[in-house]
Amino acid sequence: MATLLDIRNLETHFFTDEGVVKAVDGVSYDVQEGETLGIVGESGCGKSVGAMSILRLIAEPPGKIMGGEVIFEGEDLLKIDMNDMRNIRGNKIGMIFQEPMTSLNPVLTIARQMAEPLELHHKLTYEQARSRAIELMQVVGIPGSETRVDDYPHQFSGGMRQRVMIAIGLSCNPRLLIADEPTTALDVTIQAQVLEVMQAASLETGTAVMVITHNLGVVARYAHRVNVMYAGRMAERGSAIDIYHRPKHPYTLGLLQSVPRLDAMERERLHVIEGLPPDLIDMPPGCPFKPRCPFATDQCNETPPLREVAPGHFSACWVADDLDELNKKRIEKIQKGEI
Amino acid sequence: MTTDTRIQSENLLEVSGMKMHFPVTAGMIFKKKIADIKALDGVDMQIKRGETLGLVGESGCGKTTTGRCILQLYKPTEGSVKFDGQELTTMSTKELRSIRKRMQIIFQDPYGSLNPRMSAGNIIGEPLIIHKMTNSKAEWRDRVAELLTIVGLNPAMSDRFPHEFSGGQRQRIGIARALAVNPDFIVCDEPVSALDVSIQAQVINLMEDLRSQFDLTLLFIAHDLSVVRHISDRIAVMYLGHIVEVAERLELYENPLHPYTQALLSAVPIPDPSVEAARERTVLQGDVPSPIRPPEGCVFHTRCPIAIDDCHQPEVMRTHEFGSPEGFPGLRDVGNGHQVACIRV
Repeated sequence: MATLLDIRNLETHFFTDEGVVKAVDGVSYDVQEGETLGIVGESGCGKSVGAMSILRLIAEPPGKIMGGEVIFEGEDLLKIDMNDMRNIRGNKIGMIFQEPMTSLNPVLTIARQMAEPLELHHKLTYEQARSRAIELMQVVGIPGSETRVDDYPHQFSGGMRQRVMIAIGLSCNPRLLIADEPTTALDVTIQAQVLEVMQAASLETGTAVMVITHNLGVVARYAHRVNVMYAGRMAERGSAIDIYHRPKHPYTLGLLQSVPRLDAMERERLHVIEGLPPDLIDMPPGCPFKPRCPFATDQCNETPPLREVAPGHFSACWVADDLDELNKKRIEKIQKGEI
Repeated sequence: MTTDTRIQSENLLEVSGMKMHFPVTAGMIFKKKIADIKALDGVDMQIKRGETLGLVGESGCGKTTTGRCILQLYKPTEGSVKFDGQELTTMSTKELRSIRKRMQIIFQDPYGSLNPRMSAGNIIGEPLIIHKMTNSKAEWRDRVAELLTIVGLNPAMSDRFPHEFSGGQRQRIGIARALAVNPDFIVCDEPVSALDVSIQAQVINLMEDLRSQFDLTLLFIAHDLSVVRHISDRIAVMYLGHIVEVAERLELYENPLHPYTQALLSAVPIPDPSVEAARERTVLQGDVPSPIRPPEGCVFHTRCPIAIDDCHQPEVMRTHEFGSPEGFPGLRDVGNGHQVACIRV
């Protein structure tokens, strides 16, 4: 596999009256051709801002991309001019936003909205674009697409609107599809439908998919590799198996232990991560997870670098190598009631 | 915990045949009823003392309406709600007010459910004043401080306003308010859905502690099946205003009988890639139909993978051995308290 997107040291800050919010604070990762990459983290960890920065969709002011490189097909997207950027958005990189209710224009028919990128990027006529739109609606499983293509967004349910968004995102055969919380607003049975559709469509066209979500389950089902973000920084990244079976960062471990699992037989007490995520304006020095970390030591006053702890598995934690041992001891203590 | 010598039935709450139809009106001046939204269409449920009953279903299935009808926040169109043997639906407002001391609710939205102009202390202490549960200002203040401590907040925070708290802390305030009157029964309406994963676990653990500390009976409403299964003793699954299956937590997971429950379970992702790779899934086709015109017969037949002709026909349902007189599949016991409403099982 070849590298499709290479992000190096990306920094996106927001300048507010209260101070500078370092929403993305030096993040590096890559996306391989055709893979599904999951980006996980809680609200405010910088996962959406990071994705918006790739397409330079950060409102300026208050936001600003302060530095770093976003290399897509050999070109740094942060350096190209806005006209070239427009040729990439919706064309080579598609995007699906979180809210299917508000990301479609309510006064235009679905046909108009689906035709727009095709007319713009592929120079199709409206008639050609409209028939392509009908095909795409069939691909994402919208029944009766010949007639429904002329309907307005309010005539569609939430799940159907999100399918329309996927169809628009995939319409120009992008190399990369960025899906920002694509199923968060949807019910669980509809979520399953939409994810299956997205997966099938990306397999068919060989599109790489970046799924941004707070749901660890969604990522487990579809992602090849996973990035875990915390407070604007990369906590850990690696293959899905590594992240779920051999987590090397206390935050990842804490997240996995704090979600109730549907397949858990015993009713075990959830191991919680104590405290709250840090205020991004007033970040503690050193490791951002230190105040909540049960394994923190004095060394954590110094920011841990993201380092390779196993082939292809990176963690930004000083005790990454001893984490399994430390966690076992902690669980024993919890079971004995010492904590 | 109770020292009452009366013979108590095992069930604290008994709901039978509860219906809630909201009218849909048309016209500006002369409002005319044109249809009914059948939010609940014959709900039966029992909650035992000290038990946590989980209620799951997708948006619009009537879970929240069920909770509100039980507390008489909505007057059910039909049916009976018995709390500790007393019929609630025929009670006067005054009688209801005194019994509400024993039944409380925790709302989903930790932002919208707290008055932004009241301090945390006043929010938590308001029920104490309404129900005249404290005799002096000092006693009131002590009780508010005690409640804050119980839910893991610092009593010094009592003068702060809701906007000064995080989502998880606000939900703790909502829990403290519900606990203020020492209730027996609490309806928890999606109490953790709006919270981040790590905060969600904190609130779930808190609720489990409080449940055993205060001997609470809970109706725990949520759309997240993993959370419901974690906290509940028994689980009821709802679809379009009907309860389609009720079972013990392990039984429901190991032996789901209703095709909707099966699909719902298989749609919930499990955070483990190797488990996910090995799982079989049933992906349901289509959307939930509108409750204004629910499908005839079994309401699930439009999406059901095993539906037959009989499922569409209310006349067949009325005479079917597993049907109900209303023309739906009836909720029947298949052993060990496992109930299912499907003629094909």
